[in-house]
Amino acid sequence: MRHLLSTADLSRDDALRVLDVSEDMADVATRQVKKLPTLRGTTVVNLFYEDSTRTRISFEAAAKRLSADVINFAAKGSSVSKGESLKDTAQTLAAMGADGIVIRHPSSGAPRVLADSGWVEAGIVNAGDGTHEHPTQALLDAFTMRRRVHGAASRGRDLDGLEVMIVGDILHSRVARSNAWLLRTLGARVTVVAPPTLLPVDLSRLGVAVRYDLDDAIREVRPDVVMMLRIQQERMNEAFFPNAREYAGSWGLGAARFASLPPETIVMHPGPMNRGLEISDEAADSPRSTVRDQVANGVAVRMAVLYLTLAGDREDSL
Amino acid sequence: MTTTHLIRAAETVDGTRTDVLVRDGVVVELGPGLSSAGASVVDADGLLLLPGLVDLHTHLREPGGEGSETVLSGSRAAAAGGYTAVNAMANSSPVADTAGVVEQVQALGDRAGYVTVRPIGAVSQGLAGTHLSEIGAMARSRAAVRVFSDDGHCVSDPLLMRRALEYVKGFGGVLAQHAQEPRLTVGAQMNEGALSAELGLGGWPAVAEESIIARDVLLADHVGARLHVCHVSTAGSVEVIRWAKSRGIDVTAEVTPHHLLLTEELVASYDSRYKVNPPLRRQEDVDALRAALADGTVDIVATDHAPHTSEAKCCEWDAAANGMVGLESALSVVHRTMVDTGLLGWADVARVMSIAPAAIGQVAGHGRPLAVGEPAELTLYDRDVTRTFATEHLAGKSRNSPYLGLELPGRVQATFHHGYATVLDGEVVDAPTVARAAETVAARAVLAAGEPASADAEGATSR
Repeated sequence: MRHLLSTADLSRDDALRVLDVSEDMADVATRQVKKLPTLRGTTVVNLFYEDSTRTRISFEAAAKRLSADVINFAAKGSSVSKGESLKDTAQTLAAMGADGIVIRHPSSGAPRVLADSGWVEAGIVNAGDGTHEHPTQALLDAFTMRRRVHGAASRGRDLDGLEVMIVGDILHSRVARSNAWLLRTLGARVTVVAPPTLLPVDLSRLGVAVRYDLDDAIREVRPDVVMMLRIQQERMNEAFFPNAREYAGSWGLGAARFASLPPETIVMHPGPMNRGLEISDEAADSPRSTVRDQVANGVAVRMAVLYLTLAGDREDSL
Repeated sequence: MTTTHLIRAAETVDGTRTDVLVRDGVVVELGPGLSSAGASVVDADGLLLLPGLVDLHTHLREPGGEGSETVLSGSRAAAAGGYTAVNAMANSSPVADTAGVVEQVQALGDRAGYVTVRPIGAVSQGLAGTHLSEIGAMARSRAAVRVFSDDGHCVSDPLLMRRALEYVKGFGGVLAQHAQEPRLTVGAQMNEGALSAELGLGGWPAVAEESIIARDVLLADHVGARLHVCHVSTAGSVEVIRWAKSRGIDVTAEVTPHHLLLTEELVASYDSRYKVNPPLRRQEDVDALRAALADGTVDIVATDHAPHTSEAKCCEWDAAANGMVGLESALSVVHRTMVDTGLLGWADVARVMSIAPAAIGQVAGHGRPLAVGEPAELTLYDRDVTRTFATEHLAGKSRNSPYLGLELPGRVQATFHHGYATVLDGEVVDAPTVARAAETVAARAVLAAGEPASADAEGATSR
């Protein structure tokens, strides 16, 4: 695979290949020496136009476990506000011999622009673009679900028939978009639940069912997975909902609502969590919460993505 | 340069063939088999003769934006597209909100000589939407401004809009509104709908345009003023305007060539050449706009020619500037979307691209019938060729055309402004030749007026 820009482009076979390679990568973490020589001599640049320590260190750990050289480029303050244009930064990195660029950018589509531009030959991995996509997050979420469902027998399996409910700020969420497409490709059914203000006016291209009332949705859908999304504090000032208490009461996973879930339902959150707003301690700290698994699996999945974009046959596109 | 041209065997919009003899800026003879003695002959066999096109919505960028366009370069782009007059929008820097700026823009246009440049005055000081600009001073200036617009910004304050409509009425002017409710379009990057949800780009909802148009037609009705709606882009806007016209409200509307051809699907590439305001919409909107232009609900085609430097476009989508160049391609796009589809005949094209825009903008001497004694503002168009549109077909300074690489029908073979050629054999005539011809015309006007102090020629001298 040449680049990883979007989960919408991934076929079922491509997606399963990433997840299966991720299983191999996860095994590496259980060894005494947690390192492979695969990307020795390869330079990976983490080009981050937004602060995201969690995602950056996950990619950094992944690259280092594959023996790549890692350069962290914090280009905060995009070309909109100040400093160098994306074009000049890309050409600078190309001149330095970057083989892979992991890009986090506040503009939707920036990784696509970079990949299509001809400014740089490097493989591009989208680490989150605006309110568009976050494909490695979706892959690690799918990986986490698959392990919970199929356990050690996960290789080669998809998520056929799984009921996944994504709750929260769908409108602004790149995690929701990437998950919607990937989970559908893997055979899961996705329902999004949110106040109408936090949903796009037309969701027909996302291929998901839409619900407004979380309690009704839980009762009627009986989800296998509930994924709670982070609520940005500034959404309240923008009148998307009246206040935190009303949001938590209606769309947060409080203790009582957590207790109303089917007993096998797992609880996911991409982090960082707002405890007491979209998720309660009871849910976040329960054994059914996968929050820490997601973080651990993130490294394995990103190792797989870097391996497939940088070490494999890069002409063979995903 | 000769001032006498014989256009041989052109086809008029009603299908008759005629020779046209042009001398000293005026059509002096019409009919078959005219003598070519003393005239330079233009073989127009098979070419369509149109009245010189008039654009009501052009961004010439000067003063302040000379990196992307100047009055001269934009005039060349206009001539290449078959235009003989353009109305220059007010969002320059400084803003065209005083008599000084509009007179300067007009003078630059006169000196360049490719087209008649009619400045549009800002409605509000600095386009800020709070205080009226010097509308009266601009109307009484040598530029005699008749069209006022804050284009690029909506006059969103309903009280300011009411006052502006009333005030402009006093000069017999027209207010051209950029209809965009600002609060509904915070962070807007593309048409709001299923595709904006997929691409994660901020939505520009149709209702933000339609609600302003609805408000403004009611205001225009209440105060008895003229309203013109810029770049109508949605099917809903068409319905509102159709309703207003049925009620007898004095409203006119324009559609851009790009809204007649292109849809939002192009945005999926995140290629910022397709970023424009108002944004590209759905196919249903394109179809409604074509139907509205065909039935007269939308009166005219206006280009919204919006040049931008490569730097302003060659970047991530939400950092890129809004706008696309359109003067050079407009006639071909209308040919493809309206004529090849059978929605308009060529006489209708003359109406929507010359006669009606000249009337709305009160552009004297343009959009006139083909008759002896009329000003020689003429365009010769070859309908029978097809070209792959490319940068070599752009005559302005900027390259941000959405049509590059697209097959478009037709090409402008010749353009005559004030009776001299600005485009000949499909090539734009060089700037010094055109400027000399323009000087000759100005001098003749001075002699004819017999009173040098009041003539336009003064404005054409350096200042």
